[in-house]
Amino acid sequence: MRRHLLSALMAGVLASTFLAPAARADGPAQYVPLPTYRVGAYASSGTLWWAGERDYFRYINEVEGGINGVKLDVEEFETEWSPDRTVEVYERVKNGKNGEPVAFFFTHGTPASYALIEKAATDQIPLIDPAGGRTESTDGTVFPYAFPLLFNYFSQASVGINYIAQKEGGLDKLKGKKIVTVYHDSAYGRETQAAVELLAKKYGFENIQVPVADPGNEQSPQWRQVREVKPDWVFLRTWGVSTPVAIKTAQRFGIPADHIIGDVWAGSEADVIPAGTAAKGYQALAPYPGGANFEIHDRLRKTILDTGKSDLKDPKFFGAVYYNIGLINAVLAVEALRTGQAHFGKRALNGEEGRWGFEHLTIDDARLKQIGFEGLLQPIKLSTTDHEGGGAARIQQWDGAKWVLVTDWIQADRETLRPLIEAKAAAYAKEHNIVPRNATAEN
Amino acid sequence: MSLFLETLIGGLLAGTMYSLVAIGFVLIYKASGVFNFAQGSILLFSALLLVTLHEAGLPFVLSAALTMLVLIAGAVVIEHTVLRPLANRSPMTLFMATLGLSYVVEGTAQGLMGAQVHALDLGIEDVPIFFGDVLVSQFDLIAATTAGTLALVLALLFNRTRIGISLRAVADDTRAALSIGINLNRIWQIVWAVAGMVGLVAGVMWGARQGVQFSLSLVVLKALPVLIIGGFTSIGGAIVGGLIVGAAENLAETYIGPFIGGGITPWFPYVLAIAFLYVRPAGLFGERALERV
Repeated sequence: MRRHLLSALMAGVLASTFLAPAARADGPAQYVPLPTYRVGAYASSGTLWWAGERDYFRYINEVEGGINGVKLDVEEFETEWSPDRTVEVYERVKNGKNGEPVAFFFTHGTPASYALIEKAATDQIPLIDPAGGRTESTDGTVFPYAFPLLFNYFSQASVGINYIAQKEGGLDKLKGKKIVTVYHDSAYGRETQAAVELLAKKYGFENIQVPVADPGNEQSPQWRQVREVKPDWVFLRTWGVSTPVAIKTAQRFGIPADHIIGDVWAGSEADVIPAGTAAKGYQALAPYPGGANFEIHDRLRKTILDTGKSDLKDPKFFGAVYYNIGLINAVLAVEALRTGQAHFGKRALNGEEGRWGFEHLTIDDARLKQIGFEGLLQPIKLSTTDHEGGGAARIQQWDGAKWVLVTDWIQADRETLRPLIEAKAAAYAKEHNIVPRNATAEN
Repeated sequence: MSLFLETLIGGLLAGTMYSLVAIGFVLIYKASGVFNFAQGSILLFSALLLVTLHEAGLPFVLSAALTMLVLIAGAVVIEHTVLRPLANRSPMTLFMATLGLSYVVEGTAQGLMGAQVHALDLGIEDVPIFFGDVLVSQFDLIAATTAGTLALVLALLFNRTRIGISLRAVADDTRAALSIGINLNRIWQIVWAVAGMVGLVAGVMWGARQGVQFSLSLVVLKALPVLIIGGFTSIGGAIVGGLIVGAAENLAETYIGPFIGGGITPWFPYVLAIAFLYVRPAGLFGERALERV
């Protein structure tokens, strides 16, 4: 009897070793650390963002059985959007967890991307910061481990100007127009200045820059200044509480909401709801459009939301802009890992392999349809020289109750902006004694 | 000239919004000599509770009344659990206790009522009113009236009621007040409750302007220079300090800002406050501390 028991035990051990679930068959899971902010000043954005990210990762794990069977081990770390805490998180997770490697690190904020850019290059961990990050890191020959994915700040400026041109009847109609940029006086806010200056020279419009210091809860002097200029259009590049205050103050000074174009980080529900009726007609760039009527939402509703597995506390935010930001960030990471696995094998990837995955990431229209992101995400193709890969956004307009998409994808003038990016990247390379990679050889 | 006048008037009116926040600090400092670091969190908590109750379907007035009851209960709890055990400790100890309290209040607010942004519509349109060429905000005019009324009510409370006189006695000399039978604990409870209600008024006005969200707790950053300029112990000082800060930062942003890159409103009031510290360390209306050595 004892022998039978022992044999059964041995058989069990062997079975658990060799007949483990398919997901673990090829080795450890993929470790995905997430620096998040569910408390503090930016929690209203964060709680929805992480819900989107986590819901998509959960969908991949539970519905699709992981990426080619490799499960994602997602772990959150609270940072309150503080760059120093994000650096601390990075240091803690960069070597992986229990043998599970890290293939990339979401910085979830431009200041953290700036703070980590040198460390990550040394540690060979790709920093992923969609629609954020350091613009010149688009040039992957100088910045192999930084990815201002999807929509860098120069592209944001360019799409804003291109949309204004559309409304005016063509780029040639921009000549002589007055375009005021009201910006958050920070590295993030100043990041578009060089691009707007270049575009102003090219198209002949007057470029007026008006800073709003953080937190921006009193902006009368700034909007008084804007009113004095009598602008044709205002490009609003604020963040957090400074956006609704800007929209309300603009109304007070007679600037019509439908002539204010908000950028990516001034275009969520949290930016317009507090502004009340003043926000009706306000428009914003949307590389991450709002809405829950895309195919991926149907899939998630069926498998995650309706089964009670969603990270959302309140289902009314399903499809909110920040929720969709989370979905898009997550799908970009999943598709990059899939790309990397196709090259290195169906297993968890390390940082160097993760970088390869991102640099060879291509999501075309057919793939977008397949994964359910058609209309929600633009086609994207990255390379060694191009760590952005997209550079387009749709425009959404607030109708007083919800965002309505009013255009298809509008492409940035990337050819005009590229020399500026390369010049800034070259200056960085010179300052840090970096020899740019040979792009042809790497591709 | 009209630009100067408009900037000056707009600044003065905006300054009353800062005064609303500063008054809450003054009340507690007057009664206990403590700079209440948790005032911003209380402001956030009260506005968030009011808007949550209102969104749940309760009428605005009932929501406000329930919020006040919660603030009174909160004041009793704070006095029992934080202030009473630390009685007779140094002001720095009490200050650190309020620092810890601010985290507890903020965490409780976000934990119970969520982190999402709420709109607060008081039915006051933020539209311009023109006096000749000079534009004045209707919302700011109402905010200024609210601040003035609040200061008047508090002045009556402190000068004309028994509670107010007891409170002033505690503020002047705690031991002497105790010796004549004034209940110090009860006074602290009352002061914290009144400061909470002042926080509610400030939270509602600021919440209507920028939405009810976590950053409401940061508006207290504007209160510090107001207090330094007006004095930590004077409600009138908080009003005057707010007017000075509002006018100065608006004029500075308009006339100095363009020459030094703009965006100077957050730090300019602090520069002004430092200048006042050189000239009048106790502020314009503060009581100069005299100690026997």
